[in-house]
Amino acid sequence: MLNQLTISELTAKVARKEVSAREVMQSCLDQIGRIDGQIHAFLSYDAADALAQADALDKVVAGGAAANRPLLGAPIGIKDVLAVKGQPLNCASKILGKFVSPYDATVIQRLKAAGAIVFGRLNMDEFAMGSSTENSAFGVTRNPWDTSRIPGGSSGGSAAAVAADECLAALGTDTGGSIRQPAALCGCVGLKPTYGRVSRYGLVAFASSLDQIGPFTKDVRDAAMLLEVLSGVDHADSTSVPQPVPHYAAGLTGEIKGLKIGLPKEYMVGGLDPEVNQAVQNAVKQLQQLGAEVIEISLPHTDYAVATYYIVATAEASANLARFDGIRYGARVEGSDPISLYGNTRGAGFGAEVKRRIILGTYVLSSGYYDAYYLRAQKVRTLIRQDFLKAFEKVDVIVTPTSPTAAFKIGEKSDDPLQMYLSDIFTISCNLAGICGVSLPCGFTANPKLPIGLQVLGKPFGEETLLKVAHAYEQSTRWHKEKPIGKLTRR
Amino acid sequence: MEYETVIGLETHVQLKTKSKMWCGCANEFGAPPNTNVCPVCLGMPGVLPVANEEGLRLTTLTGYLLNCSVPRFAKFDRKNYFYPDAPKNYQITQYDKPSTVSGYVDFEFNGGISRVRITRAHLEEDVGKNFHFDRNSGVDFNRAGVPLLEIVSEPDITSADMAYEYLNALKDILIYGGVSDCDMEKGMVRCDVNVSVRPVGQKELGAKIEIKNMNSFSGVRKALEYEIPRQIAVVSKGGKLSQETRRWDDVAGITETMRTKEQAHDYRYFPEPDLMPFEPTEAWLEDVSKRVVELPLARKQRFMSAYQLPASDAQTFVWDVPLGTYFEQAVTGAKNPKAVANWVINNLRAKLAETQTALADTKVKPSSIPELVALVDSGKISGKIAQDVFAEMFATGEAPAKIVEAKGLAQVSDTGAIEKLCDEAIAANSKTVEDYKSGKVAALNSLKGQVMKLSKGKANPALVGEILEKKLKS
Ligand SMILES: [Zn+2]
Repeated sequence: MLNQLTISELTAKVARKEVSAREVMQSCLDQIGRIDGQIHAFLSYDAADALAQADALDKVVAGGAAANRPLLGAPIGIKDVLAVKGQPLNCASKILGKFVSPYDATVIQRLKAAGAIVFGRLNMDEFAMGSSTENSAFGVTRNPWDTSRIPGGSSGGSAAAVAADECLAALGTDTGGSIRQPAALCGCVGLKPTYGRVSRYGLVAFASSLDQIGPFTKDVRDAAMLLEVLSGVDHADSTSVPQPVPHYAAGLTGEIKGLKIGLPKEYMVGGLDPEVNQAVQNAVKQLQQLGAEVIEISLPHTDYAVATYYIVATAEASANLARFDGIRYGARVEGSDPISLYGNTRGAGFGAEVKRRIILGTYVLSSGYYDAYYLRAQKVRTLIRQDFLKAFEKVDVIVTPTSPTAAFKIGEKSDDPLQMYLSDIFTISCNLAGICGVSLPCGFTANPKLPIGLQVLGKPFGEETLLKVAHAYEQSTRWHKEKPIGKLTRR
Repeated sequence: MEYETVIGLETHVQLKTKSKMWCGCANEFGAPPNTNVCPVCLGMPGVLPVANEEGLRLTTLTGYLLNCSVPRFAKFDRKNYFYPDAPKNYQITQYDKPSTVSGYVDFEFNGGISRVRITRAHLEEDVGKNFHFDRNSGVDFNRAGVPLLEIVSEPDITSADMAYEYLNALKDILIYGGVSDCDMEKGMVRCDVNVSVRPVGQKELGAKIEIKNMNSFSGVRKALEYEIPRQIAVVSKGGKLSQETRRWDDVAGITETMRTKEQAHDYRYFPEPDLMPFEPTEAWLEDVSKRVVELPLARKQRFMSAYQLPASDAQTFVWDVPLGTYFEQAVTGAKNPKAVANWVINNLRAKLAETQTALADTKVKPSSIPELVALVDSGKISGKIAQDVFAEMFATGEAPAKIVEAKGLAQVSDTGAIEKLCDEAIAANSKTVEDYKSGKVAALNSLKGQVMKLSKGKANPALVGEILEKKLKS
């Protein structure tokens, strides 16, 4: 089935005119029709627009002008936090009402220019705040491997859609693990680029200094191909970095002999599921067999990462989400004066977790508390970054579990925000340090069979090495070939 | 007990850029509501600001004009507050690392030169404008995101008049430097006042009271003229003032409480994560410094001392910079700068206005003005004839000496010729001659006029007087 192809498999076929973009797109739409009722990865999708894009691409191919379109005909689903012109933009929140984006995010422009079909609004935790997609205002997304479980979050819809072959790849965003953790829990590849690698223009900000856009794919090669398209400086984002973009896919040689892999001793913590631990240990052994050298390293400020993250991220969020006030766009609940209009609109429009974080962020920035919380968190953040830079003087990449456990049950942690926050323990340091990271499948739990993710972290702008290691490991295993689909269609 | 007043001003000035500070929308006044807007300045979800480099340049330039130092590291911060005119419900501003700090403004006040120190001039963004209709309200976001400079003074101002003169001097400097048009009518300048009073000799300041909502410099003066006696009255009766923000009601001519210290906003400033810190290079600063112009006061003082011009003439050349430049070209090597200034101000400028000609288009060469002055000063032509010569210069661009020669306008100083004309006049006006002889000295002027008329204005008037007097007394 065409929807099960990887992008690298598909584009070759489209260019050779063996299959049309329309056929691929239709095959994804068919899959969505068959199974999305069970997993609810998509909040909405515009089938007519997707097919029209496919037809336009087929015309380009027919006209012989398909060169320089590395993603030719690949249907790519979009997290509901990225602006696509003419499509709804809700951030899985009620507060945006019937908002339709008047512009394309830079990554969307780049995908379209590369020949991708950009479609669908993928479910997420409201405003990317959460680790389970349970915080969506429009219903939870279910894990394709076990629909009683969460797909991870916040980009749960993106991970589930790729794992369930509803699209060939998807875009998500990662502020503290929101790409890597759901990729791990759904069994696909999820990449968070270095801060500044990919333009954030058109990404509805949760925490501006932590957010990055990245791809969900079925294998590492596709992640490399997508990253190459997404990357590069953008005049619309002052924080994007004018660093040359390598030909990432060309670096996937399978050769990692002599590369040094760091294992942080602080990450072997209590609460780490034994099966997850075992799978990661096996993966490390596999990397050694491939010729890598394994070195124990120390990231001494790891214990402070979660606290630091929840101060920095919520502080920025409290300002970023202030614009949702019912004045210029989105849902409005009237009031007798502006203040009551704000209160009514935001009271009705935001969910509980978003409110919790806005209040937390407002608190840590308040006069009298700023120095004790925000300023101190920024200092700790610098220390965490220095931990990593120091470690990277000794090693090329760092390997850890992506998530301490496999996918948990829907509702299991939703009453305990702190437990939920701790499920990001291995992923958030990467965002605080501004480095890059990827999660890829490294095994399954026994019963039920749930994917386990391996996290590889790389130096700032070290995606090439990161992907090389991930690819070498992936190609020496069969984990990425496993599909949850059989389970779904049997039900 | 005597009281003294301590005043500090926060002046907001729109910078004269082509586009807004964070997006490409036009920075222009008067467009139909919400037409100069885009996703960025409307605060749509997902947009990011990108700094307009000209806005950064004009900020630094202002720093130089206000004698500020320009730190090599400046950054932007978010100032959080909810208000319908704020598209993002935070304002991008500079909190603890502003672009310019520690300067001063010198200006003429009370017959001397006063100095007000500048704490800082920092860059921020303007907000939209609220409109209230019968049944609802609206916001025009055309102004949102326009670069705005906040110029904060030290509390060096001691009276309403001094505040007024400081503001005018500041405005002159900014217009002069090409930083802002400072058009009050168009809301390009806005001002908040901090004022307190204390007994003379007391060290600590009185309760700081902020006044908002003045929409002109004279409004600021009027508000202070109301507020200062109000505060003194409270304190001298043993009352206590406390820190608050008051609103100026221009119609009623009073200030009234807007919010007390307890109701003050907590703006929760924090560094703007969407913008990189601004770290100008040496070359960049050098480039901006090339745009620094001579300040109005310095120019006035220079014109007065270098050319011995009266203050009024110097002020004219401060106001009309091209005219001053023309004067400086004309006056090079001239023996009588004041006369050159007179011709430039009284004749050239008037004629330009009358014919609606731009100075740049005038045919009169700057070198022709001192030439004309020399012709008059040497007695070659009379002041009256000089007017005709100037008219010809203005029409044709011809040099004055050539005009005098071609038209035979040179003054007659030939004693014999003048004596003949005087005799004629005496003969024809016997009644006037009688008057003079009977003691009416003014009659001489009438006879002089007759002689000038007979000479068609060319006779040397001094010589005519001399000869007439001699003849009549003999
Ligand atoms: Zn704009």
